[in-house]
Amino acid sequence: MSKTPANRGAEGGTSSAIFEKHGDPLSRAMARLRGHSFAVANLLMAPTMLWLVLFLMLPLGVILVYSFGSRGTYGDVILGFSFDNYLRAFNPTWLPVILRSFGFAALATVFTLVLGYPLAYFIAVYGGRRKNMYLIMVMLPFWTSYLIRTYSWIVILRSQGVINTVLQSMHIIDNPLDLLNTPFSVVLGLTYGFLPFMTLPLYSSLEKLDKSLIEASWDLGANRVWTLLRVTIPLSMPGVIAGTLLTFIPAVGDFVTPDLLGGPNTMMIGNLIQQQFLSARDWAYGSALSFSLMAILLLGIFFYVRKAGTENLA
Amino acid sequence: MKRLDNEVRVLLLDGLGGPMTRRGFLKRAGAAGLLVGASGFLAACGGSESSSTTAAGGGGEISEELFFYNWSDYIDEETLPNFETEYGTKVVYDNYSSNDDLLAKLQSGASGYDIIVPTDYMITTMLGLDLIQEIDLDNIPNVANLYPRFREAPFDPGNKYSIPWQWGTTGIGYNSVKVPDFRPSWDMLWDEKYSGKITMMSEIRDVFAVALFRLGYDPNTRDAAQIEEAKQMLIEQKPLLKHYSSSTYIDELASEDSYLSHGWSGDVFQAQLDNEDVMYAVPEEGSLTWVDSMCIPKGAPHKYTAEVFMDYVCRPEVAAAISNYVFYASPNEAAEEFILPEILEDPQIYPAQETMDKLSFLEELGTDTELYNQAYQELRAS
Repeated sequence: MSKTPANRGAEGGTSSAIFEKHGDPLSRAMARLRGHSFAVANLLMAPTMLWLVLFLMLPLGVILVYSFGSRGTYGDVILGFSFDNYLRAFNPTWLPVILRSFGFAALATVFTLVLGYPLAYFIAVYGGRRKNMYLIMVMLPFWTSYLIRTYSWIVILRSQGVINTVLQSMHIIDNPLDLLNTPFSVVLGLTYGFLPFMTLPLYSSLEKLDKSLIEASWDLGANRVWTLLRVTIPLSMPGVIAGTLLTFIPAVGDFVTPDLLGGPNTMMIGNLIQQQFLSARDWAYGSALSFSLMAILLLGIFFYVRKAGTENLA
Repeated sequence: MKRLDNEVRVLLLDGLGGPMTRRGFLKRAGAAGLLVGASGFLAACGGSESSSTTAAGGGGEISEELFFYNWSDYIDEETLPNFETEYGTKVVYDNYSSNDDLLAKLQSGASGYDIIVPTDYMITTMLGLDLIQEIDLDNIPNVANLYPRFREAPFDPGNKYSIPWQWGTTGIGYNSVKVPDFRPSWDMLWDEKYSGKITMMSEIRDVFAVALFRLGYDPNTRDAAQIEEAKQMLIEQKPLLKHYSSSTYIDELASEDSYLSHGWSGDVFQAQLDNEDVMYAVPEEGSLTWVDSMCIPKGAPHKYTAEVFMDYVCRPEVAAAISNYVFYASPNEAAEEFILPEILEDPQIYPAQETMDKLSFLEELGTDTELYNQAYQELRAS
């Protein structure tokens, strides 16, 4: 990392030399205006910006335009300008669905944090030579389709599944437990699915943590628990914030997990939106719902990050 | 490669004597294994260079590839290989698992498929959205093999846009040991004794049809009050349900995770293969019937070959082979003599006339679909 400023300086120098040679007045003015390294930074950013515009901003624009339209006779989108879809989106009928989505996502986030933190801590501090192997093991599930991994939970949880069969054969229970198709199975599925999203940012912040500060804490008389609470955890907050955001945001909008592992009363916002795009074929309404969810999430993230301290995210 | 192909064709035509249509030639060529091998080989050599198929006026050439998009687990193992050998074309076979997925794919732009297999009401939708094109029946003489009711189906009289593939009913799959008091009635899905062991499908209109039949109403009603009544009835049922799912109930019936499942006939028969206690019944209040039909999307690259394939499927032996494998009923009357007797005589697959009289198709309701959508969302959110 320490080499970066030097590199940037060198590149900035080269590019400014090129600009001088060509004598392009606009480039010169720009370079003077923003500083030499900025021009290079812009150049380096261009592919990413292009990507974002083409594959994020444009589709979002389409969804925004759709959200003011209406459903045609056969489920096509009729463009227009009306706020009807937004009025329908903020409908008290959906309140249980919204509360449930945020509740499930929050629970899953807490569970991934509780499970992921010790794991990340272990890998970062005690991983030693096996560090990379542990990290690969954390990421290993990504190599299989999420759908297949979720289906395998059905096999584990169902009434003649792994858990119930084992418990029954050990005579711990007489009748199979209703594990599948409950809020429990949905939160379990979300926790399982998003655990790596929590563990990896936690690991990277714990890895970077200056070990001498921990030693200093011990030297100054703090015991292990106190050191963990007052030094390690506060210093790993950037990882905690990144991990909770990476888990919570996709978990709120998830529809695969409640679809496969859920029951009659586990519908989440993602299912509602998905239904508009597929079975109800009301893309305009689905777009308005997506935008409303995005607005709520952005607002939430804004306050969360502000409260947690923006500089911590660096 | 194509030029060579043509030369061989001319050579073969001479060999067989007399001019004939391309299809006729290929049919005859199909009889001679050697020639088939040659044409298959040449087709393979053709690679990505697809022959220009002009299906206008009933003629045309068999393309080197045919893109077939069908429901999963919906074909036997011989039909496609036999077609490939006989016509020297390569069938690229892809699967989907719901009409909604299929529609979304077509709506998102040119799909590149030559044949799709939407369900009856979806054909009306696709016609309304201008996604499918008219079929040249001159290329499908075997259409005469179909039962009259599939030649004059309400959604496509005269088979202008669709050639039926397989048909079935919607009903209740149940475990005859766990549910000893089973009666063929939708009331079973409201029986509190089986709370937590009942599943419903997740198709909006299918779910409402159950309640509407139970209430004695038309499953295609546009009456908001009746739909509301059906919604209340479904809300009552909700605490008894395991879940709403159209994809997992086959396994659940087989593994006895559910005892009573609202489902499609053929799906339940698949569960039957794994668990012989599983049975299927069409409730006496009436139920839905459906037929999945082959259609040609607008802009399909190989329209003529698609029509040749449709004609091939309408051959009695081919239609029978598909039914014998997937356990759905065939729309092909001439196929009856080739269909296994245990399928043909099974009232679960070929219902008795009095049951047939109580079956209805779902109809596309246009803007009134909104009534069902809204009611379903309220049901699921409650």
